[in-house]
Amino acid sequence: MRSRRSLLLLAAIPVAYLTYFFVYPLVTILATGLLPNGRFATSAFVDVIADPAMRSVAWFTLWQAVVSTVLTVILGLPGAYVFARYRFPGRSLLRSLTLVPFVLPTIVVGVAFLSFLGPGSPLGLDLRGSIWAILIAHVFYNLAIIIRGVGVFWEQIDPKIEEAARTLGAGRIRVLREITLPLLRPAILSSAALVFLFTFTSFGVILILGDLRHTTLEVEIWRQATAFLRLDLAAALAVLQLAGVTAILLLYGRARKRETGDLPLLPPAEVARRPRTAGERLLVAGTLAMLLAIVVTPLAVLVSRSLSTADGIGLANYVHLINPPRASALFVSPFDAIRNSLGFALPAVVIAGTIGLLSATVIVSGRGRGGGVFDTMLMLPLGTSAVTIGFGFLVALDRPFDLRSSLLLIPIAHSLVAIPFVVRSTVPVMDAVQHRLREAALVLGASPRRAWREIDLPLVARALAVGALFAFAISIGEFGATSFIVRPSTTTIPIAIFRLLGRPGTFGEAMAMAVVLMVITAVAALGIEAIRGNRTGGV
Amino acid sequence: MLEVSDLTVRYGTETALDGASLVVTDRSIHALMGPSGSGKSTMLRTIAGLEHPDGGDVRWDGTSVVDVPTHRRGFGLMFQDYALFPHRTVAGNVSFGLRMQRLDADTVRRRVESVLDLVGLPGYENRSVGTLSGGERQRVALARTLAPRPRLVLLDEPLGALDRSLREHLLIEMRSIFTKIEATVLYVTHDRDEAFTIADQVAIIRDGRVVADDTPEGLWRRPPDVWTARFIGLENLCTLAGLARLGLRPPAAEATAGAVPPEAITLSADGSKSGTVVGSHFRGGAYRVELDVGADALLVAWSPTGLESGAQQRFEIAAGSVRWFVD
Repeated sequence: MRSRRSLLLLAAIPVAYLTYFFVYPLVTILATGLLPNGRFATSAFVDVIADPAMRSVAWFTLWQAVVSTVLTVILGLPGAYVFARYRFPGRSLLRSLTLVPFVLPTIVVGVAFLSFLGPGSPLGLDLRGSIWAILIAHVFYNLAIIIRGVGVFWEQIDPKIEEAARTLGAGRIRVLREITLPLLRPAILSSAALVFLFTFTSFGVILILGDLRHTTLEVEIWRQATAFLRLDLAAALAVLQLAGVTAILLLYGRARKRETGDLPLLPPAEVARRPRTAGERLLVAGTLAMLLAIVVTPLAVLVSRSLSTADGIGLANYVHLINPPRASALFVSPFDAIRNSLGFALPAVVIAGTIGLLSATVIVSGRGRGGGVFDTMLMLPLGTSAVTIGFGFLVALDRPFDLRSSLLLIPIAHSLVAIPFVVRSTVPVMDAVQHRLREAALVLGASPRRAWREIDLPLVARALAVGALFAFAISIGEFGATSFIVRPSTTTIPIAIFRLLGRPGTFGEAMAMAVVLMVITAVAALGIEAIRGNRTGGV
Repeated sequence: MLEVSDLTVRYGTETALDGASLVVTDRSIHALMGPSGSGKSTMLRTIAGLEHPDGGDVRWDGTSVVDVPTHRRGFGLMFQDYALFPHRTVAGNVSFGLRMQRLDADTVRRRVESVLDLVGLPGYENRSVGTLSGGERQRVALARTLAPRPRLVLLDEPLGALDRSLREHLLIEMRSIFTKIEATVLYVTHDRDEAFTIADQVAIIRDGRVVADDTPEGLWRRPPDVWTARFIGLENLCTLAGLARLGLRPPAAEATAGAVPPEAITLSADGSKSGTVVGSHFRGGAYRVELDVGADALLVAWSPTGLESGAQQRFEIAAGSVRWFVD
């Protein structure tokens, strides 16, 4: 246990960082929305609420999130069940595969679905601007949250509880309704709340697949702020959205608390078994086929269309990334965008790693002494949308120092999104080390320093590596916040893809670039899975 | 009456049950005993319909139930760690099977009340199962199993998780409950004392096959083979060489081993046989003494006083008391 003073000192750095780069911009947005011209006024809100266009944006944001969430839960539950209860060849590989969409940048998902369901679709239809493309893309993107979030819980529920119900005379449907679903309820609710959060604040997917009738608050904030320069309207919308997000987070927190009830949970390995009857084999095979179709098809279409050129299969689209055929409208070549992205990712990883590790130490050492409050505070950037973070930078970071032209601004924005992931991957390991392993090492005769070197360091280093890879994947694909603060000379890969989409005749290059981004992210995701091994955990 | 014949269950390449047969007569308590991995739990699960057999048959009153789904069999099963529904109260657990029978609310309430009385938990209806002690959970699980009045009660090591004194207490109580409601019971355990205390009849299962089935006393007096004798804890099992050193010869040439009941051994200074004392432990009432008689034979006997390790002790064995085994 560290002393209270050194704990406060340790906490000071992450608190100062988050206050200046997260809380202060957020407060400035509130002030812009509520105190235009320095006096309290609700005019911007009245404008928003009185405007039927804005009302329909808010309504669309809400209902598409509800429908997306319901669809994702319905399609995700069979997957959660199959991975939780059955062993079959290729299980861990397939499970990792279902995680891929979740780690993909939204811009890649958008481009993949544009190539799959947009103009020139292999299915011969164009669903751009229809709700279907958006819903399918949201399901694709969030399926992993249900499969993992519910599955991890499901594999620890003793199947004997269900068997007991069967011996008492309940048929399969009855068992599902009266035993399984009620037991899974907290896990389903908390995972669904996360899916709702992500679809409620959906940006990249909507920006690419939606149109003026199909647009979310998130996109509207961005449009009002960057296209129409109506900062007051954008701020009012951001405040509305924040209120919605806070409500969802509160629900999520309550569901999480109930999840850790007094259920007799088993070690996961004991439950999964091979499918035995023909019916079970059909269920497993059918579910896996459905998951594969959902996960693989859009990505496969993206890759294959990126490789098709005017004269058959070829690498022309990729060659154009290095040698643009026309004068570039990007101001930088796509190749430079890749270099920029990697250049921003490095400082973003270092900042997120440092702040995240400091925060995790404070949380773990400060258990019962306010560490929990700190923990909740750190999760806030996760709930706040990327666009809000970018917008906050735009309105706040000119005073007291004008940082808006600083090259560090982009990595700082990325680090805010990444810090919760670093904290979440290190805290559980540090907790375990603190409470059991470390004591075991001391009892076995290791000096405190030796215990730190041989137990703490290797274990925490692995968790930190996972967090760093998450930070890297987030930074390389971040789009929403970056779109506010990027300059032509600092164009990143996602921004370059978006610009390529906006120009006629460069869809091929956009797809090629999306494939490049997908590969980079997938490598990071594979690294995360490899370091984690077969350990289960949150998404 | 339950008839299990030639039951075979395989998990992949592993054979859990290998042609096991067993008959449980109405209103009797039958124990099924075996070491871990012998297939006793699989047998119970297959009878309950939770596993489908690869061969053989399970019949109730002469009718095969193999293709009847679990929830229509009318057999009750109590699990080792109880498998209580954590999201329901005590009453919610106990009433579950009654609700499945579509009984009206009033009947359900009365039946829950009476069955909770039966297991000694009156007034526990609204308790959450998370707040119960181990013994209380066991009683709730028993009440839940008995409430729908199953035609056969299956119990899978129902006392396994409890401490010794509670176990003995609950065992006697369970026996009187089963007798009172005239239940037909199949009770799986690996513990000899538990099986002998509760059961009218004890079957032994080994490597997926039932190798012995007798009353507790019959099993103790006439174990069919050395393995069973050793498994039920028969003491002083010796090889022929060891017995020969004591001057004991088998009546028939095909005998392979024999057992000397400890109560047939009398320690006395003028006994005709002798051994070296290697252990002497007080076991409440008397000392359990171990005597080394050579040829790897160790005899256990009872002595009113403690003996010193290493001392020579003379003793006598009652004539005709040795049980011979032909394997």
